[in-house]
Amino acid sequence: MTNLSDNWLLKVEGLTKIYGEPNENSVRLTGPLFGSNICPETDSIVACADINLELFPGEVLGVVGESGSGKSTVVRLLYFDLESTAGVAYFNQYGNGAINILNESSQKKRFIRNHLMGMVYQNPKDGLNFRFSSGGNIAEKLLMAGNFNVGRIRERATELLEQTEVPVRRLDDSPASFSGGMQQRVQISKAIANNPPLLFLDEVTTGLDVSVQAKVLDMIRTLQQELGIAMIVVSHDLSVIRMLTDRTIVMKNGRIVEQGLTDQILQDPQHPYTQLLVSSLL
Amino acid sequence: MIPTFKKFDTQFNFAFIDENTKREIRRKLLKAICIPGYQVPYSSPEMPIARGWGTGGLHVTLSVIGKDDRFKIIDQGSDASVNACNLRDFVHRVTHCRVTFDTHEATLIQTRHRIPEEQLNDGQILVFQVPQPEPLRAVERYETKTREMHGEADYARMWVSLYEAFVRYGDIMQGAGYPVMVNGRHIMSPSPIPRWDVPNLNQSDCLYLFGAGREKRLYAVPPHTDVVPLEFEDVKFRIEQFSGIRCSMSGTGGAFMDELYNDLGDFRHVINDSDFLDKLVERKTRPQQWSNKYLQEVLDEMNANTDPQP
Amino acid sequence: MPPILDVRHYTKRFDMHVLNGKRINALTNVSFSLEPGEIVGLVGKSGSGKSTLMKSIYRTYLATSGAIYYQSLRYGPIDLVRATDHQIIALRRDEITYCSQFLSVIPRVSAADVVAEGLFRRGAGRTEAWHQSRDYLDRLGLPQELWDAYPSTFSGGEQQRINVARAIIARPRLLLIDEPTASLDQRTKDVVIDMIIALKAEGTSVLCISHDLYTLDRLADRRIELKDGHIVATTSPVS
Repeated sequence: MTNLSDNWLLKVEGLTKIYGEPNENSVRLTGPLFGSNICPETDSIVACADINLELFPGEVLGVVGESGSGKSTVVRLLYFDLESTAGVAYFNQYGNGAINILNESSQKKRFIRNHLMGMVYQNPKDGLNFRFSSGGNIAEKLLMAGNFNVGRIRERATELLEQTEVPVRRLDDSPASFSGGMQQRVQISKAIANNPPLLFLDEVTTGLDVSVQAKVLDMIRTLQQELGIAMIVVSHDLSVIRMLTDRTIVMKNGRIVEQGLTDQILQDPQHPYTQLLVSSLL
Repeated sequence: MIPTFKKFDTQFNFAFIDENTKREIRRKLLKAICIPGYQVPYSSPEMPIARGWGTGGLHVTLSVIGKDDRFKIIDQGSDASVNACNLRDFVHRVTHCRVTFDTHEATLIQTRHRIPEEQLNDGQILVFQVPQPEPLRAVERYETKTREMHGEADYARMWVSLYEAFVRYGDIMQGAGYPVMVNGRHIMSPSPIPRWDVPNLNQSDCLYLFGAGREKRLYAVPPHTDVVPLEFEDVKFRIEQFSGIRCSMSGTGGAFMDELYNDLGDFRHVINDSDFLDKLVERKTRPQQWSNKYLQEVLDEMNANTDPQP
Repeated sequence: MPPILDVRHYTKRFDMHVLNGKRINALTNVSFSLEPGEIVGLVGKSGSGKSTLMKSIYRTYLATSGAIYYQSLRYGPIDLVRATDHQIIALRRDEITYCSQFLSVIPRVSAADVVAEGLFRRGAGRTEAWHQSRDYLDRLGLPQELWDAYPSTFSGGEQQRINVARAIIARPRLLLIDEPTASLDQRTKDVVIDMIIALKAEGTSVLCISHDLYTLDRLADRRIELKDGHIVATTSPVS
């Protein structure tokens, strides 16, 4: 919520992901108007289509929608976990923002991931290697960015665990033996280890106890304020969105149906679907 | 000349393998030499010994050997082990090449798990028998995945496993097959040679060829190639120290030692490389050893400890 | 000097899709302006559209039609109805503060931190923000033992003081403040009024909703009366 400048950090245009074998009508015949993301002609699944968004440095953007709305797909495409079907994405800290990062070689994508992005998955197993210690998991991110000093790696890992309130004496234990909330904290430590300018959070508090959820959210908020990381927060939970984000995108059936300032989305929603979403919250 | 097995009275091509297959293996070897440290898949044809018993090394040896070669083979430093004897006998029978125990004299040396103590020179080829060519296998089970990791030079997990080993044991403990970075690009397994031998891969005058018959992979380190053991800025690679230990037969140190136990459970140290030991004991000369900083440190320490003695 | 805020023919209608397309006309053709350093009181019965107008200026509500021109330091004259979300975020951070009637706090953030955040967001140092927030809470008479407690458990009056402190501490160019003195005792009411007057002296323009005549008498240079979403009267101070 700090350090907003007039220059975008990430710009996405026409981002589309289709599973199966689409034809030229697949995008036209799916979406909120049809209440479905399955193409009636080809049975291909339009996970998301025509996603346009701009993220500014230090900004927190929420992506909200029901299961299957394509919100997780968007961040996974941007983190290169999935291959996009169409669309472009520019990152202003990479190639002066003139290169479509979705078209880069996988080696270069790996560089972008390791140096400029962090990801926190809903399931800690996706983001952590349980065969390594917590410190090892954090070390992985640091090693990938070219830090080869064990002493400094351990120093940084300790600092990160302190920041995310994981007992430092657990540094050399595998996260497999940790509670869900603690695994999530280790995952966050790993994601921010290289001070990336952009962090993706995919349903990070879903599946945690309410009290643990609150603590993790508090921590994310504090980290965001202190480090000024831009974040894309994916959640089906409007209270998470309200607590963390400046701006919100509402998705349904793989499309953006509405976007705006978070307080505007919550207090003056325009799209019928958003109104339904908000009214079911209150 | 076509060698013959007397026992079966059967005729074979020179060096046992037919020329087309040899050509295939040589082509793969050339590719391996062109991309130092890269594992090249190859046919790994059937041999009259079981896979896993040195077939990879044998494939390479028989594909590159010529009539004028002087052949030497060692198994863990010894010319006289059963495995070495049998393979030497086989290579001799199918090529009629001269065989030798002398490292300096040999032009082609096949080895299992050691690099000779004596420095190898321009024109010499060392062929390794490799049981497991994939250095990443410990951190990734799937071949498709490890190939991808090599392709993208994605070695973070290899590094993490070194980090983890260090954290757990307080030192880098891997004894044999210590992973090395070749030509700044590929991480390679040097086959299970001791750490003692690893520095000798770097910028050597000789050619190193690696054959893994069971896994069907060839790779190579051409002469004058950078081969760097993986190490952290503050946790350095070290070779075995053998501090103050001397060979009970030659009375000297500064070489890789075996511990020989007798039935009473007592042990004594003996230099592992049998040719090197022979030269020390029989000819009373110390052959030219490899020059690397790690070995130099050990030799310096040894000499410093000798001086005060009367 | 042009007015700092110029609302022109502003109309806001809510379309309730969940209620079978029911429409609510909240504001109709509202026009008024606010001069630099002026304090304007918004008066009218409950439901007359005062808060809607304030939230419309803050862009929590989207316009149905009309324009709201604001003289920004950063952007010059800008129509808040048509400004991009990012421009609005920047303006909210640096120039315009909205203080709602009810404290909407983030759970598990202490009173002192809630107040400090207003300053921290504008790039003040941690310690500086911390000290100032304590100073404000002290002046507003919030007992010291509450500074580190969570405001969600506070009484209405205590919450109100935190809310006001948070809005004022950042010294905005334009302050939109909804019922700043409701549920406060006379002494604290005066403290709040003095604080707003001090802000005005620094050049802040204030739009203030209040039902409290004493507050309006002391603060407002002008009053605008709303009824059923229309402006029915604009009055200059009698005294």
